[in-house]
Amino acid sequence: MTSTTSPARENGGGYRQTPARKALAFLRNTWRGLTSMRTALVLLFLLALAALPGALLPQRSLNEPKTLEYIEARGWWGQLLDRLQFFDVYGSVWFSAIYLLLMVSLVGCLMPRTRDYIRSMRTKPVLTPRNLARLPHHASAETDVDADEVLAAAKRRLRGWRVAEREEKNGARSLSAERGYLRETGNLVFHFGMLGLIVAFALGKMYSYEGQVIVVEGDPFCNSGIYAYDSFNPGLRVDGTELSPFCVRVNDFTATYIDNGQPLAYEADIEYQSADDLAGDVWHPYHLAVNDPLRTQGDRLYLLGHGYAPTFTVTYPDGTERTGTIQWKPVDERTMLSEGATKFERPDTTDPEAQRENQLAITGLFAPTAAMQGNILTSSFPSLNEPMVAVDIMRGDLGMDSGRGQSIFEIDQSMVDNGRLEKVARENIAVGEQITIDDGTKIRFDGVRQWVSLQVSHDPTQGWVLGFAIAMFAGLGASLFIKRRRLWVRVTPATSGEDERRTVVEVGGLARTDQAGYGEEFTRIAEDLLRRDRKAH
Amino acid sequence: MPVNETLSQYSDWSYTTAVAVYVLAMIFFLVEQSFGRQGRQAAARTKQASRELVGAGGPATTAVTGDVPQGPSRPGHRTKAERMGRTGVALTVLAVALHLAAILLRGFATSRVPWGNMYEYIMVICFVTVVTWLVVMRKSPVRHLSAFVLLPMVILMFVGGTMLYAVAAPVQPALQSYWLIIHVAAAAASSGVFLVPGVASILWLIKARNEKNPAKFAKFGPRLPALDVLDRIAYRTTVFAFPVFTFGVLCGAVWAEAAWGRFWGWDPKETVAFIAWVIYAAYLHSRATAGWRGTRAAVINVVGFVATVFNLFFVNLVTTGLHSYAGVG
Repeated sequence: MTSTTSPARENGGGYRQTPARKALAFLRNTWRGLTSMRTALVLLFLLALAALPGALLPQRSLNEPKTLEYIEARGWWGQLLDRLQFFDVYGSVWFSAIYLLLMVSLVGCLMPRTRDYIRSMRTKPVLTPRNLARLPHHASAETDVDADEVLAAAKRRLRGWRVAEREEKNGARSLSAERGYLRETGNLVFHFGMLGLIVAFALGKMYSYEGQVIVVEGDPFCNSGIYAYDSFNPGLRVDGTELSPFCVRVNDFTATYIDNGQPLAYEADIEYQSADDLAGDVWHPYHLAVNDPLRTQGDRLYLLGHGYAPTFTVTYPDGTERTGTIQWKPVDERTMLSEGATKFERPDTTDPEAQRENQLAITGLFAPTAAMQGNILTSSFPSLNEPMVAVDIMRGDLGMDSGRGQSIFEIDQSMVDNGRLEKVARENIAVGEQITIDDGTKIRFDGVRQWVSLQVSHDPTQGWVLGFAIAMFAGLGASLFIKRRRLWVRVTPATSGEDERRTVVEVGGLARTDQAGYGEEFTRIAEDLLRRDRKAH
Repeated sequence: MPVNETLSQYSDWSYTTAVAVYVLAMIFFLVEQSFGRQGRQAAARTKQASRELVGAGGPATTAVTGDVPQGPSRPGHRTKAERMGRTGVALTVLAVALHLAAILLRGFATSRVPWGNMYEYIMVICFVTVVTWLVVMRKSPVRHLSAFVLLPMVILMFVGGTMLYAVAAPVQPALQSYWLIIHVAAAAASSGVFLVPGVASILWLIKARNEKNPAKFAKFGPRLPALDVLDRIAYRTTVFAFPVFTFGVLCGAVWAEAAWGRFWGWDPKETVAFIAWVIYAAYLHSRATAGWRGTRAAVINVVGFVATVFNLFFVNLVTTGLHSYAGVG
C-alpha cells in the first residue's frame, strides 16, 4: 500500500495535511490501487478460485435435494459451509464482491484507455527517430531518384497506414507511418463487450423464469400462472402474474432405442397456440425434440425427460369405479424401471371420517419390459414391450389432510409407521389383470400412458448476452492478432559523391506489441521502397 | 445408424499402432536430448537462433525468421544425435498419419463426428497436440524437446485407450446436434493446443531455476533452449488457443440454450471452463504487467493447463453434471 505521509511533509514542507486532503489522497490511492493491472490480476485469480467450490460441492441451484443430503451427511461442517454460502456460490456475498470489484477495476482501467484511444485517433504518427539504424528493423539504400518521387512512391506503398510527412532541419524529409490501430479498438470492444455481457446477464437473472411441468400424453398445459407448474424458479423481479400466455397439447411421445437400450431419439408431437390464437381454436403443430425447443412469444418450451404413468381402475364393492393415471418416476434411466404411488379417495361414502379411514394407495414398481428375478420385478428394456407392476395396496389414512405437503411419487411413510395406513395386498400384475382385496374392492391395471417433462424458459436479455458475446469474440480476435507497428522513411539528399544528385533512403520499423512476425512484413515493404536502388547497403 | 464393426476394428488397430510409434519416436527424441555434447549443442543452436530472431539492436540487419541455420552441421554432416532427432520427426509424422486414420475410421464406422465420448475426445485432443508441436518445431529449433510434449500425450492416449475406451456407438439424443461438430471440435482443438504452452512453461520454469542457480537442474538446464524461445512458444500457442477456446465456450452456451433451456447454468463443466478461461486471460494480462512477466506468467500458464486437465478428467469422471458423456462404466 502506498503511504500518504512522508517525512518531508511531516516537517511542513509547503504541504498542509488537512483532513480533506488526507481523505482525497486516500480515495485517490484506493482508486489507483483498485484499477491497477496488478489488482485486476489478483482479482481474476480470486474469481477463478471462488468459482471452484461450485464445481466441487453440490449447488442448491442445480440440485437442491442432493445439496441438503450432502449438508446432512457432513454434520456441523456442512452447516458451516452452508452458512458461508458454499452451496450457493454464484449468489454468494463473496463471489458477488469479487466480480463487482473486478467490474469497478475494469471500468477504472477502461476509462483512461478510452481517453487515450480517442486522443491517439486524432494525433499524427510520432516524429521520426534521429537514428533509424538503432531500430530493431532497419534498411537503407542510395538512389538517383528524386526525393519527392521517393516519398510519393512510399506514400503509395503505405496505403492503409496512417502517414505524416515532416520536414527536418538538415534538408531531410521523413514519413512517419503507423498501422494496427484496430488492435486497441478490438481490445476496448472486447472489454466493453464483457461489461455489457455481465450487465445483461445480471438483468436476465432479474427478469427470467423457468418452470418445469410433467404432462401426460394427451393432456394440455397452459402457461397461465405459477400454479400450472410442478416447480417454478422466478427471477428476482418476477412474481408470476405476467407470464405470456400460451397453451400446448402433447399428442404423442416417441422414444427410440438401439438394441442395448441406449436411447437414440426422444420426440414429441405437440400442438400449441399463443397470442391471438388463444381466443379461437387454432392450434399449430410442432415437432418437439431434444435440441429442438419450441420458441413462441419470447418463451421457449423444452422437452427434458419422459416416463410412464400406469392407469389403475378401482371398483368399490358397491360398483362405483374410479380411474387414476398419475406419473411414476424412473429409478433406472437405462431400463425405465419406475416407482410411484397412485392414490384414491373413497367415493362411496360422504362421512368424512370414513372417507379418511378408507383411502387407497397403489404403490410399488413399474417395468415397461418385465423381467422377473425370482419374485422381484425388474425391467430389461426401456420401451413398452411387456408392462407389469409389482404393487402394494395400502388402505387407511394417506395423511393427505395432515397439512403436510406430500410427494406424488410416494406414500407418507409416517402414516404406515403409526399404523394408520396398512398393507392389504402385494402382487405382481400385468395389463388387464386385477387384484381383489378383503372387502371385495377390485384393483385393475388398465394400461400405461407416457408422460413428458417440459420446461418453459423465459429470459428477455439472452439476445443481448449473445450480441455482447459476439462483440467480445470479435474484439478478442482483433486485439490478439492485429499488430500495432510503426514504420519511418527518411530521405536525405546525398552530400558527397560525384556530380549526380543522389538521395539516401532509410527505412526503420518498430513493432509496438509482440516483436515476432513484423520482420517479414518490414522486409517486404523495405524491399519495395528501396527497389530502384542498385547499391543497397 | 448401424455401426460398421470392421472399420471400428481398423480404427482401434491404427490407434494402438500410433501409440506404439509415438513411444518409439519419443525414445529417439530422448536420445537426441540426452546425449551429452549433442544435447548442449542443440540448446546452443536454439540460443543462437533466438538471438537472431529477436534481432535486438543489430545494426543494419533485418531479422529473418524461419531459415535458421542448424548450427555447425551441414547437410550430409549431421551428428548422430541430429540423425536421431530427424528419425524421431519421421516417426512422429508416421504416427500422426496413423492417428488421423484412427480418427477418420472411427467417424466412418459410426457415421458421425468422431468425438462423441471421452475416448474419442482424448484421441482428437492428442492429435491436435502433436500437429501443433510439429508446427512449432518448424518455426523454432526445439526438436530435441519433443519427448516432453510426446510424453504427456502418450500417457493421455494410453489412459484413453485402456481405461476410457468406449465401443463405437451412436450418441445419445442430447448430443445429436450440429453443435456437437462445432462446440466439441473447438473444445478439443483448444485443449490440445494448450498442452504445448503448458509443457513449454514448465520447461521455462526449470530453465529459469537453473539460470538463477546452476546447481539446480545442472544436467538438464543447459540442454534447454533460451528462456525467450520457450516464452515465445508458450505465448504464441496460447494466443492461438485462447480465442478457439473462447469460441468453444460461446458455442457451448448457444447449444446449452437449445438443449438445456439456459445458456449458462454453472454446470461443473461450464464452471471449470470459466475458471480455465479466467486463468488464461490472467496469463495474457500478466505478460503485459511489470513484475508479472516471466516466472509468474509461466506459473499461471501451467495452472491454466492444470485446470484444462482437471476439466477433462475430474469433471467428466468424478462429478455428475450435464456433461457426463464420457461413455465409461
